[in-house]
Amino acid sequence: MLNFRKFRRMAVETGIGLALIGGLPAMTATPQTELLRWQQAAGQTGDAAKGQVFFGQRHGGEWSCASCHGQPPTRDSQHASTGKKIAALAPAFNAERLTDSAKVDKWFKRNCKDVLSRECTAIEKADVLAYLIGLK
Amino acid sequence: MKRHLFSKSASFHGLFCAVVWAVSVPAVADGRLMPTQVPTVYKQECAACHMAYPPGMLPAPSWRRIMTGLDRHYGTDASLEPAQVQQVSAWLLANAGTYKRVREEPPEDRITRSAWFARKHREVDPAVWKRVSIKSAAQCSTCHTQAEQGNFDEHQVRIPR
Repeated sequence: MLNFRKFRRMAVETGIGLALIGGLPAMTATPQTELLRWQQAAGQTGDAAKGQVFFGQRHGGEWSCASCHGQPPTRDSQHASTGKKIAALAPAFNAERLTDSAKVDKWFKRNCKDVLSRECTAIEKADVLAYLIGLK
Repeated sequence: MKRHLFSKSASFHGLFCAVVWAVSVPAVADGRLMPTQVPTVYKQECAACHMAYPPGMLPAPSWRRIMTGLDRHYGTDASLEPAQVQQVSAWLLANAGTYKRVREEPPEDRITRSAWFARKHREVDPAVWKRVSIKSAAQCSTCHTQAEQGNFDEHQVRIPR
């Protein structure tokens, strides 16, 4: 017999299920899963110390990552040419960071071109992510 | 629709101040340079690196050139997905400047190289622009405190030390 309580439970469960599915795209990525993704692509573990050096260094061009993000990137900073405010990059200081894979991909692509005149390799990304995640 | 850029704020004194203020408030709201509808993609993509410039500050041919050369955008690669380019372009072109001052295409399609920009800022000492607190003429909101809302009224200008 499909009584009211059973019906209510089904409705609640369906609701929770839908909410989970709906929330998934925004909730799947965390700084850790982003790090894992690039470690897997690189076939090795990200090295925070290497990431720190990479982040602060110029790579033949005018800018380093730190030119816009500051070093350590734990506070708001300014875009090196436009002066636009850039929110803190380290996830411990800005909960929104590294929680959207598409954004991570987009900004690595754009910003690596600005700094290195090429796209970054998987291990370079893993090193930088290890560095950013390590900042507390 | 013709956008009237930079209409001079009336400057009255004494008894008339209150009256003028009351009358000018709606005018300021109408005179805002930012269209009421701003595409999310414009805020998310373009305004991530620089201020969300009001489309009326450049003529359509300048915006067209900017939007067809995003891969070489003032020294950086600002490429977007084709659908995003299409959406932003359509909005910029529909709201581009048509007022006579803005009809002129500035060198390099830079707002800051427009003749009206130089004229409007001629009282600003060159040393002021060089201050660390100001840094770039591209970041309007450093001095125009309500620039992000499209309000460039000189009464809202606060030049940082």
